Amino acid sequence: MPLLEIRNVTRRFGDFVAVDNISLSIESGEFFTLLGPSGCGKTTILRMIAGFDLPDAGQILLDGQDLAGTPPEKRPVRTVFQSYALFPHMTVAQNVAFPLKMARCSADETRQRLGEALEQVHLTDKAPAYPHELSGGQKQRVALARGLVNRPSILLLDEPLGALDAKLREEMQIELINLQRDVGVTFIFVTHAQVEALALSHRIAVMREGRVEQVDEPARLYAFPKSRFVADFIGHINLLDAQVLEATHGHLRLTIAGLGEMIAPPLAGAAPGGKGTFAIRPEQVRIGIHGEVTELKNHFPGEVTHFLYRGDVTVYKVRLANGMMIEALLPNSAPGGAELFKVGDPVRVGWRHDAGVFLHE
Amino acid sequence: MSDEHANLSPAARLTKWLVSGPPFVFLLLFFVAPSIIMVVASFRYPGEFGGLAPVAAADPATLQGLTLETYRFFFSDFIYTEIFIKSFFVALATTVICLVMAYPLALLIARSPKKSRDLMVLLVILPFASNFLIRVYAWMILLGPQAALSQLVNGVLGAVGAGPVHLLFSPFAVLIAMVYVHLPFMVLPLYTNLEKHDPSLLDAAQDLGANAWRRFWHVTFPLSLPGIFSGSTLVFIPVLGMFAIPDILGGTGDMLIGNLIKEQFLGTRDWPFGSTLSIMLTLAVLLCVWLAARVGSTRGRYA
Ligand SMILES: Nc1ncnc2c1ncn2[C@@H]1O[C@H](COP(=O)(O)OP(=O)(O)OP(=O)(O)O)[C@@H](O)[C@H]1O
Ligand SMILES: [Mg+2]
Repeated sequence: MPLLEIRNVTRRFGDFVAVDNISLSIESGEFFTLLGPSGCGKTTILRMIAGFDLPDAGQILLDGQDLAGTPPEKRPVRTVFQSYALFPHMTVAQNVAFPLKMARCSADETRQRLGEALEQVHLTDKAPAYPHELSGGQKQRVALARGLVNRPSILLLDEPLGALDAKLREEMQIELINLQRDVGVTFIFVTHAQVEALALSHRIAVMREGRVEQVDEPARLYAFPKSRFVADFIGHINLLDAQVLEATHGHLRLTIAGLGEMIAPPLAGAAPGGKGTFAIRPEQVRIGIHGEVTELKNHFPGEVTHFLYRGDVTVYKVRLANGMMIEALLPNSAPGGAELFKVGDPVRVGWRHDAGVFLHE
Repeated sequence: MSDEHANLSPAARLTKWLVSGPPFVFLLLFFVAPSIIMVVASFRYPGEFGGLAPVAAADPATLQGLTLETYRFFFSDFIYTEIFIKSFFVALATTVICLVMAYPLALLIARSPKKSRDLMVLLVILPFASNFLIRVYAWMILLGPQAALSQLVNGVLGAVGAGPVHLLFSPFAVLIAMVYVHLPFMVLPLYTNLEKHDPSLLDAAQDLGANAWRRFWHVTFPLSLPGIFSGSTLVFIPVLGMFAIPDILGGTGDMLIGNLIKEQFLGTRDWPFGSTLSIMLTLAVLLCVWLAARVGSTRGRYA
């Protein structure tokens, strides 16, 4: 039985459907992420799990028990708010001990759990400080310790890293992964940053306009998006309009208007004549003048229009014969070898016959 | 602070003086100077027909020069200290009653939708639109023996066999009017404080297991202490020196410090003693403010 089950939950605000018939199952110990653009209903779902908001339809079950009649203070669910919501009049220690006080823990137990929690987030020496004396990252860790201190079943995190700068963000991501593994509490994490979602999660639910588009592990989500929206939202991807010419269980033969034919991995349910999109990641696209590229099953001529030097990689933008743009990404592993092609160079781009995915309309 | 000053450009420094100059001069002329005059007056003898006796007079039989006589007089008769203590308790009672009545109201306004808040604040300050004395005199009518309230109270008392009471010209009348007049001074600072509270703190407290009462006690109340302190100061201090309300609504025995001081200047015309009483009042107020500030600063360290 899943730890948390969201069954056909809908939430409307007036005529607007913020959460549209969503069902999700979250297992115990999982790091689960809700990923989606702004306004897709992520916070609304968290608020319903925490109990601050109630579904208009559907059920939320924790350990098989419907939570509908349970007020937020009685749910074994804690939230880390984006603004941290630390109590400004309490010290770090008092903030973290607050849930223990509410649960009327004994003095001994409070001391022990408080000590453990502060240690977990490396804030033992900040115990007597007030929140306004802390940096953003430290506040963040106090909020985490406070949420975890009396072992909730689920910790909800609403864009907790949103207010941190890029470097600190990366550090906190690693801390979050370690913390979640150590305490074993189920995390439900909300973000609109796909890189963060991929780095942290065991599973990700990609949301769009109140609905779940796809639920999968990060690597599967990246490699096998099931819709154009997911493909486009997760990482960078090249999208080419295509039509099926032939579908066998070994491969698909596609035609791309103005470009020609190509071979793609097979897809269940694809039939000749079916229209859709062929999606391929920039790092799967090879670029060259001859040799290696022309040995691939799929290769087309084009012209370099831009290139972006990113340090670790260089991104080349190539205009194909039919006017479509395609991105290829080359690692800069050879020192000083960043600029293999110049703007205006005629090149060939190609990819393996088993790379990329075809997405139905 | 001193670093800040050192970094100012000459133009900024000039602006600073121009802005702070006029109020500074105003206070110098109309607060500091009179205070000094008052302190000096308290050490002098009263003039024969009011005012102050000359420091040096031609006739050595008249009282002249400087003296500690008024201070000795103040402490020689306990009745003056008693009036101070009574005034202090009236001020305290008024403050507490105002606080108890104002807090729920301020909370209600602060938690109302933004649109209705301004209207509610307007209603709170609306009484200021009519004259203070008229509002106090209105209580004379409301509490008068023929008024419905007196009739009702005495009807109930009569039914249980207790004698009729006079509501007007009593400490009760004084207190009720004190509360009535000063209530907005408590509501406004409390509201201003409560309105600034971050609602996510209450969500967080609830999320962490606090029920409605504990959310109030552990979050809202401690965060509102600065508002409670400023409201209490704004009520306590004026009540301590108030003379109009006891004059109009109090009985003969309901004299407070304000009345006593007023009496020295307008009745017995003993200016030096009036000055002494004023100085004592000022000292008492400063003591209270200092105490409040001390308690406030230990509790409000985080702000
Ligand atoms: N109380 C409310 N009243 C009316 N509309 C609301 C309310 N709460 C949310 N909405 C609407 O529901 C939609 C989803 O909101 P939600 O806050 O869940 O989005 P989100 O996915 O968390 O977005 P973001 O990434 O910007 O935080 C939004 O269009 C929002 O305007
Ligand atoms: Mg949100």
